[in-house]
Amino acid sequence: MARAPAERPILLTGGRVIDPSLGVDQVADVLLQDHRVAAVGPGLGAPDGALVWNAAGKIVAPGLVDVHVHLREPGNEDEETVATGARAAAAGGFTAICAMPNTDPVTDNQAAVGFVVRQSLRAGFARVHPIGAISLGQRGERLAEFGEMVGAGAVAVSDDGRPVVSSHLMRTALEYARTFDIPVADHCEDPALAAGGVMHEGLVATRLGLKGIPAAAEEIMVARDCLLAELTGGHVHLCHLSSRGSVEILRRAKERGVRVTAEVTPHHLALTDRACDGFETNAKMNPPLREAPDVAALRAALQEGVIDCIASDHAPHAYDEKETAFDEAPFGVVGLETAFGIAHAELVRGGDVTLPQLLARMSTVPAQLFHLPGGTLRPGAAADVVVLDVTAPWTVEATAFFSKSRNTPFGGRSLTGRAVLTIVNGGVVYELAAAR
Amino acid sequence: MSAALTLDKDLLGLEHLTPEQILLILDTAEPFKEVSERPIKKVPALRGKTIVNLFFEASTRTRISFEFAEKRLSADTVNVASTGSSVQKGETLVDTARNLEAMRIDMVVMRHSASGAAQFLGKRIRSNVINAGDGQHEHPTQGLLDLLTLRDKHGKIAGLKVCLVGDILHSRVARSNIWGLLKLGAEVAVCGPHTLMPRGIEELGVTFRRVEDAIAWADALNVLRLQLERMERGFIPSLREYYRVFGVTAERLEHAPKPITIMHPGPMNRGVEIDSRVADGPHSVILDQVTNGVAVRMAVLYLLAGGRPELADAAKRGPAD
Repeated sequence: MARAPAERPILLTGGRVIDPSLGVDQVADVLLQDHRVAAVGPGLGAPDGALVWNAAGKIVAPGLVDVHVHLREPGNEDEETVATGARAAAAGGFTAICAMPNTDPVTDNQAAVGFVVRQSLRAGFARVHPIGAISLGQRGERLAEFGEMVGAGAVAVSDDGRPVVSSHLMRTALEYARTFDIPVADHCEDPALAAGGVMHEGLVATRLGLKGIPAAAEEIMVARDCLLAELTGGHVHLCHLSSRGSVEILRRAKERGVRVTAEVTPHHLALTDRACDGFETNAKMNPPLREAPDVAALRAALQEGVIDCIASDHAPHAYDEKETAFDEAPFGVVGLETAFGIAHAELVRGGDVTLPQLLARMSTVPAQLFHLPGGTLRPGAAADVVVLDVTAPWTVEATAFFSKSRNTPFGGRSLTGRAVLTIVNGGVVYELAAAR
Repeated sequence: MSAALTLDKDLLGLEHLTPEQILLILDTAEPFKEVSERPIKKVPALRGKTIVNLFFEASTRTRISFEFAEKRLSADTVNVASTGSSVQKGETLVDTARNLEAMRIDMVVMRHSASGAAQFLGKRIRSNVINAGDGQHEHPTQGLLDLLTLRDKHGKIAGLKVCLVGDILHSRVARSNIWGLLKLGAEVAVCGPHTLMPRGIEELGVTFRRVEDAIAWADALNVLRLQLERMERGFIPSLREYYRVFGVTAERLEHAPKPITIMHPGPMNRGVEIDSRVADGPHSVILDQVTNGVAVRMAVLYLLAGGRPELADAAKRGPAD
């Protein structure tokens, strides 16, 4: 899909404009001009040559922001590339995504960060912000050069895919990251406790004869990271929380004023370990899907803001990698093209959060946490906007994904809520064929 | 017995069988027991059927038992062991499945180290799949032969008190036994160190007992093999202590209020999980289990091949070749 010439203004007329950053929720027009939000208000006139798009009956919001995706380039371009991932993101309503550094080779230096930036600019579609590695090669030994990576475009550091095992390394990372005012995003897992586990340790794992990963494996590291953030004053961002115990530790740390933020994935909000029944490899992810009380606690924490944002942990895998025994399948599911639909269907229609709250947690807040452009329709802000249809039902068909990979646990689900128009930097990067 | 009662295409485990299906297999096994007592141990029930025994994990007893069952039913069999096969050369399970299917076989008997491997295969090929043990999930024919042996010994399963002793966490035999026993109305307990108990085991409907309690309570003990690697991986401190704390010994059994039937799926570690005097004692049915294994497997093969249970007795009477 070609990007519309950025110089052509875009006027979105008559939509329900929801901007959590300004507390706006009203029917209005949105004018985008010169890569910026020019105006939001009723009855705006269309400048000469403007693309006028009738958004009546739709939601107009700041583009969605996902601070946790895996794009597999360089190294596994058969599963995803920066371009295909950015395109899938645009189709999912995301205008900005943050690419985790567990590529091959690892994105642990300024040249590697620059490569991701360049591939993203070449592709168009959603903005791709690289996350640099915490440690060289993600080996958990020596710090990577945060300063140079930030200079090249990195917005955070993380060894995601792996936990930071050494508490000393985590401490120095948090201290060093303060200089550059970037979050340190941690995949919380005690590797000795989780070793060999393939799903949540509970009754389902017992029945299936699969080795479990106890919730304590996550909670131990959540607690440690909160203590280290308190010690250092650094900003720790906890990736993909899965357990009610983690929520409680996080809640207490926030009450003490610790600089800790956290994300949760749509699948952890929507599914339990029961999804693994029948050895369903598309329900295999790390951290694993847990139990109904965990899902309830995660939803409540998201509503209260104890958990700050939703992130997809989009993790593409080649179809044949998941076509194997559960033990042998890789962890992870794709999520960019289902994240909003699942979150809307499960949380908004389920009554857990309001639509403005959901948009805050999928756009404004993650943009603020990672200091990204977007997340707001304030005049002068980057013209990163999404138009969402929250009424028309649609069915998840993995074969229709723009992502190169199909590993979703939501195939066949009927959802409401999807992007119909995505605008990045003032240009249209995605439009649903049936939208107009 | 309902005439419509049949098994599904595959035998993957006992969890998803109905009590009636389990009884169907046990009842079908009865007439097949006698075949193995004949001078000429062969009936034509599966003549012309081709069966592949696909063992990705080492096995002596189960593999031989299946092979005898197949041969005594006149099936044509091929054995594939993981060593030296295409599997060792990196072929995936799905490719193995497709290649087998392409050779137009009728049945696959598979053992694999991954839980769910048999179900994976069963979903992808038209042939019948019999799970001969998948990871730590299920070993249904072992569960069935244990049920048959208990029924032979006690006359019925319902109301029996059976305790599984040892490494429940890693045991597919334990899971198949638990499902089968509960479905047929037995009371089931588990016993062993807490490091070898899976999470939520009591939610399956079994109770946890200490060894002494188990012996005071049980009609039968099914003593599981302790894999020696469990000690190396830190689940127990030593085999010596395991024997002293959890071993089923003659001294412990002296306190039993009634004779306790002793079972073991084999192979035994004498002096680790079981005392030789117990294994070789008057209440041991360990070798009956092995004998029944062949009959149960004949019944499963026969039923999956479409054999009608009411004809099982007749099927074995036909001339062999």
